[in-house]
Amino acid sequence: MLGTFEYFVDQTINGLTLGSIYALIAIGYTLVYGIIGMINFAHGEIFMIGAFHALIAFLVLGLIGITWIPLAILIVLIATMVLTSIYGWTLERVAYRPLRGSPRLAALITAIGMSIFLQNYVQLLQGARNKPMQQLFSGGIELMREGDYVVTLSYLQIFIFLLTITLMTVLTLIIHRTSLGRSQRACEQDRGMAALLGVNVDRTISLTFVMGAALAAVAGLIFLMNYGVIDFYIGFLAGIKAFTAAVLGGIGSVPGAMLGGFLIGLIEAYWSGYFTVEYKDVAAFSILVLVLIFRPTGLLGSPDIEKV
Amino acid sequence: MMLEVTGVETFYGNIQALRGVDVAIQQGEIVTLIGANGAGKSTLLMTICGDPRAARGRISFEGRDITRLPTYEIVRLGIAQSPEGRRIFPRMTVLENLQIGSTVASEDHFDEGVARVFKLFPLLQERRNQRGGTLSGGEQQMLAIARALMSRPRLLLLDEPSLGLAPRLVSQIFDVIKEINESEGVTIFLVEQNAYHALRLAHRAYVMANGNILMSGTGQELLNNDEIRAAYLEGGARKTDVGQAGDA
Repeated sequence: MLGTFEYFVDQTINGLTLGSIYALIAIGYTLVYGIIGMINFAHGEIFMIGAFHALIAFLVLGLIGITWIPLAILIVLIATMVLTSIYGWTLERVAYRPLRGSPRLAALITAIGMSIFLQNYVQLLQGARNKPMQQLFSGGIELMREGDYVVTLSYLQIFIFLLTITLMTVLTLIIHRTSLGRSQRACEQDRGMAALLGVNVDRTISLTFVMGAALAAVAGLIFLMNYGVIDFYIGFLAGIKAFTAAVLGGIGSVPGAMLGGFLIGLIEAYWSGYFTVEYKDVAAFSILVLVLIFRPTGLLGSPDIEKV
Repeated sequence: MMLEVTGVETFYGNIQALRGVDVAIQQGEIVTLIGANGAGKSTLLMTICGDPRAARGRISFEGRDITRLPTYEIVRLGIAQSPEGRRIFPRMTVLENLQIGSTVASEDHFDEGVARVFKLFPLLQERRNQRGGTLSGGEQQMLAIARALMSRPRLLLLDEPSLGLAPRLVSQIFDVIKEINESEGVTIFLVEQNAYHALRLAHRAYVMANGNILMSGTGQELLNNDEIRAAYLEGGARKTDVGQAGDA
């Protein structure tokens, strides 16, 4: 079983599912790093808050009797993205904007402080125990079979892949085709000059946090639906893994964050499938170390080439 | 007065870069600001745009106090700048640089604006899909001016547009500045090291040293001033005796 192609395909599907979550969170790290050059270490907590919003939204919809699943998921998706975005926006407004222009270390320490604060905030409001949620839909498509071993692509996984790819496409279009995206890229390359041309830099930075938080919220929703259980601490490990993904892909690069997210997901899945589940985190972080030694700018990041 | 700068002082940390500067510019003028490196010329242009902000003094534009406005709002009122070092967005195409330049202008006029700057700088049209970082210095300078024009400013601040350019290109840039002023009525405040060219072009001029305005007058007056010739004009020391210049 272990050596068969079917088993490999199964692990690949698992890895891509996990990778979707990491990639969606990693985009938030990379967007924020690109525009203000700081690592928002509270971003993992935004993901966790997204998962809680999704859970609460599902419960509320259950109470008021909206049980048609496609509609329920759509409402939860939108509500989760909006509510979590408010957290992302507030985080920047309250904790980071007053520190703009101060040394990087101050912002970094504040980010770690906000991470601890948000964890405890959720723990106080929601309690520390696990929050389970029942599976919304089951079943799937049988891809291949080897004796008793069946590889299925579940409907949930299809939903996750479609959602992730759609969001990534929309994000890419926003960055390359809209005036907001142009302002973001201008701020990333020279914030002072962008302001000199009339770009409202503060607003652009706020919207960048909102975009990152909305994507992390979707990752939270996916996490909740895929694993069926969340707690106030899930943001820590997922956040660090997604940060690893962003660095692996090349921090500051959006395609890099997507690629890095899927790679970290796959590495973890293969390692868990072929070696030991216990050391899957070590595997992901070892790859990070190797990349940083041999290609410090990440896979798709490149040092700025500027001709003056 | 279109732009009035009164008693402006600006600091970088503890270092005072402007020590009470007074400058006034009228609608339709070309005014130049000359002075040695480190005199505070670029700081004055940046302070007008609110980055860094004036610590003391007052700046008003078309009668409105802009001293405390954020940079992007000052730009919205009709001031554009082509700054020191050009600051082209290196990883954006020429066209995207121009699009950012038109942030405060209405989108309906974008095509018209692009056509206008391509007419002034035909070379940019050939390069329109090339990344800013791959342009030559002269092309970047043209793009920086074109980008500033995209917001349809009434006052254009130009910081050393001739720096590092080949002589033929320098006169081309000065011709364009003249054209922008004469045929489009854009008021121009020009900072230049190339004092001879700048003084010939300008209606009026200011001379700056150590964060102060030393002298002002029409371009012709300053061109004829011995002290200015000795200090700022190429070959000035040859034409006038250095001792005489000191006495003047």
